[in-house]
Amino acid sequence: MTAREAILRDVRRNLGRAEGATPPPPPEPRIRIPEVSREDRIARMLERVSALAGKTLHARSAGDAVEYVAARTAGQTAVASNAPFLRQIGVTELPGVQSGFTDERNLREACASAEIGITSADYALADTGTLVMMASPAEARLVSLLPPVHMAIVPAERILTGLDELFSLHPLPASETSSMVLITGPSRTADIEQILVRGVHGPGEIHVVVVD
Amino acid sequence: MSTTFDRKIDATLSDPRLQNAIYKATGRLMSHRKIAVDSDVLPEFEELRTQANAVKRHTIENLDWYLEQFERNVLAHGGHVHWARTGTDVADVILGLAKSRNASLIVKSKSMTTEEIDLNERLEHHGLESVETDLGEYIIQLKHERPYHIVAPALHLTRYDVANVFEKKLGVENETEIENQTMIARRVLRDKFLRADIGISGANFLIADSGAVALVENEGNARLTTSAPKVHIAVAGIEKLIPRAQDLATFLKLLGRSGTGQPLTVYTSFLSGPRREDEVDGPEEFHVILLDSGRTKLLADPDKRQSLYCIRCGACLNHCPVYRKIGGHSFPWVYSGPIGAIITPQFHGVESEPGLPFASSLCGACAEVCPVKIDIPKILLELRADVKASEKRHAVNEAERAVFRTFAYVASRPKLWQRATKLAARLGPRGQGYLKKVPGFMNVGPVRAWLSQRDLPAPAEKSFREMWKERGR
Repeated sequence: MTAREAILRDVRRNLGRAEGATPPPPPEPRIRIPEVSREDRIARMLERVSALAGKTLHARSAGDAVEYVAARTAGQTAVASNAPFLRQIGVTELPGVQSGFTDERNLREACASAEIGITSADYALADTGTLVMMASPAEARLVSLLPPVHMAIVPAERILTGLDELFSLHPLPASETSSMVLITGPSRTADIEQILVRGVHGPGEIHVVVVD
Repeated sequence: MSTTFDRKIDATLSDPRLQNAIYKATGRLMSHRKIAVDSDVLPEFEELRTQANAVKRHTIENLDWYLEQFERNVLAHGGHVHWARTGTDVADVILGLAKSRNASLIVKSKSMTTEEIDLNERLEHHGLESVETDLGEYIIQLKHERPYHIVAPALHLTRYDVANVFEKKLGVENETEIENQTMIARRVLRDKFLRADIGISGANFLIADSGAVALVENEGNARLTTSAPKVHIAVAGIEKLIPRAQDLATFLKLLGRSGTGQPLTVYTSFLSGPRREDEVDGPEEFHVILLDSGRTKLLADPDKRQSLYCIRCGACLNHCPVYRKIGGHSFPWVYSGPIGAIITPQFHGVESEPGLPFASSLCGACAEVCPVKIDIPKILLELRADVKASEKRHAVNEAERAVFRTFAYVASRPKLWQRATKLAARLGPRGQGYLKKVPGFMNVGPVRAWLSQRDLPAPAEKSFREMWKERGR
C-alpha cells in the first residue's frame, strides 16, 4: 500500500466517510465589497502605505510619475520590469535603468546588484496599502525582491478596495498565474528583542506612485 | 508531572531576564492584536471567526475529498504531490529529489511542520546543507535550539546572545547593534539564496480549488526561498487545507491580526505550480509533500479533531497566563502554549507528559482569542479525563486515587461527613482566616508540595448546617 492510499484510508476510516462520497456544500465564501469612490480609494491607499513607512506620490500625470522616479534613481543603478505600462510612460528610458530582460541569468545578476527595482502592479488594495503582483513575462519576481529599494507605479484605476474585491475579480488566481504575491509595506523583522528593523531580506524602502 | 517538565519550569521562573523578555514580547503582541481587531476598525471580526470555524470544520470533516481535489489541481498546474506518513518519509522524498538533481545547498523558510519532524537534522545527517532563513530561525539554528514561540522563535534571546553566536559561527566580533546584526544575516543569507539548489517552505494554507500553497511572512525570506532556487518543495500537514482561494479573504484577515496585529503581513504568496511559459524567473519544479505524522489519528475523536483547525497564529500563547510564566522551552514539544498543550498529548499519547493538560488555569483566554474558535479549555478537560483513565489502566497514582476514594466515601455519608467537619473545625493555629500551621500528618507527599505554594483557608468553626439549626428554622 502506498503512503497515499494509507493516509486516505485512515482519514476516511476516522471520519467515517466512504471513498468518493461528495461532501455537503461548503459554507458560502464570505465576500463583502464596500462602495468606495475612486478618490477615497486613492487617498486610503496612500495613507496606508505611509503608515507602513512607505513613500508615496499621487501623480497627476505620467510625466510627474517619471520625474519622481528619475529623482530617486539619479546616479544609481535600477532594473525595471517588462511591464508595458513602464515602457509607455518612459521609465525604461531613464538613465541608469536597465530593462527588457528575457534571460534569467542576466535578470538575476542585474537585480542582485541594482540599488532599485521598478515595477508596476496588477492591483493595489486600498484597505491595507497592498500591491498585488502576478508573476508573468511582464513582471518577473526578482525585480520587487532583490534590490534594497522597490518603486511601484500603479494606474489609479487599478486600486481595489481590498482582499474581497481582489478574490471576487479573480476567484481562481492559479488559472492566470503561478505566483500572486501581496506586498504590504517594506520588508521587516522584529526577531531580535522585538526591535523593528526594515529591509531584512526584501526591500527596506518602498515607493508607491499612483498615476491618474 | 515529569521531573524534566518541572525542572524546565523552575529554571524559567527563576530567570528574571527571561521572565521580563517573555512578558514584554507577549504583552506587545497582545496589545497590537487588540488594536487590530477592535470593533471600531474591524466590526466584522466575530463574523470572520465564525466563518473561519465553519470553513475549517467543513474541510476537516471532508478532508479526504479536499486532499484529492488539491492533488488534482497541483498536477494540473504542472506540480508534483508526495504523500508522507512520517517525518522519515518527508526526508526520503527530499533526499531523493536532491540526489537526482545533484543538489547540496537548501534554503528554508520558517515552518513549524518541518520543526516538528526535525527535518534539518535529518537532511544534514545525509550531507546536505539546510539553512533556515527567517532571522529568528537562523539564529536559533546556529544555537541548535528549538523555537521559543510559534511566531517569535528567538523571543528568549538578547542582542548579546546573538553577538555571541555570530562571533562563534560567523567570526563577526562583538557586534551588538541589532540593525547591524540584521544586515549581517541579510548578507550571509542573500549569498545562500542565490546559490541554493532547492528551497523548502511550509504552507500556511493549501488551497484545494487552486492546487496552491499560501505563505505569509514579513521578511521576504519565504519569497526568496520560493523564487530563487530551481526547485521549490512545500512541506505541509494535511490539515492545512481550505476549499477555495476565496476563503483566503476570510483567513488572511484573521491570521495577521491575531498573530502580530497586522491587517496583512508584509508578504503573502499564493503559489501554484512551477513558472509558466515565457516567465523569466521562478522555480522550474514545484513539489508539495503532504504529511500525516499523527494527524489522521486526531480525526478519530469527533470533538477533539477541532485541534486541527489551528492556523498557527500564536495568539493563544500570548494570552496564556501559564505560557507567559513558563515560556516556550518548558513545553515538551515544538508546539508550546495552549495549542501545544492540546495537540502534544494527542500526537504522542497522554502518557508522554501527563502533567501537560493540567498546566492550565482553564481561564479561557485562549479560546476567546482563537481566530478559528478552537475550544481549547474543553479539550484540555477531556485530555485530563484521558490522563486519569490511562493512570487507572496502568495503575499509576494509586495513592492519589485512594485519597479521592476515601473522600468520596466520607462525602457521600452525611453522618460521617458531619463528624469529619467537626474535627476539621478544631484545626489550628489560625490567623487571618488561614491555618498558620498544617498538622504534620497532613503535611506529606503531594499535599506538602501543594501547600508549599499555597495557604490553606481555615475550616469554618461552625458548619452551615449547625448555624441553620441554631437559628431554629
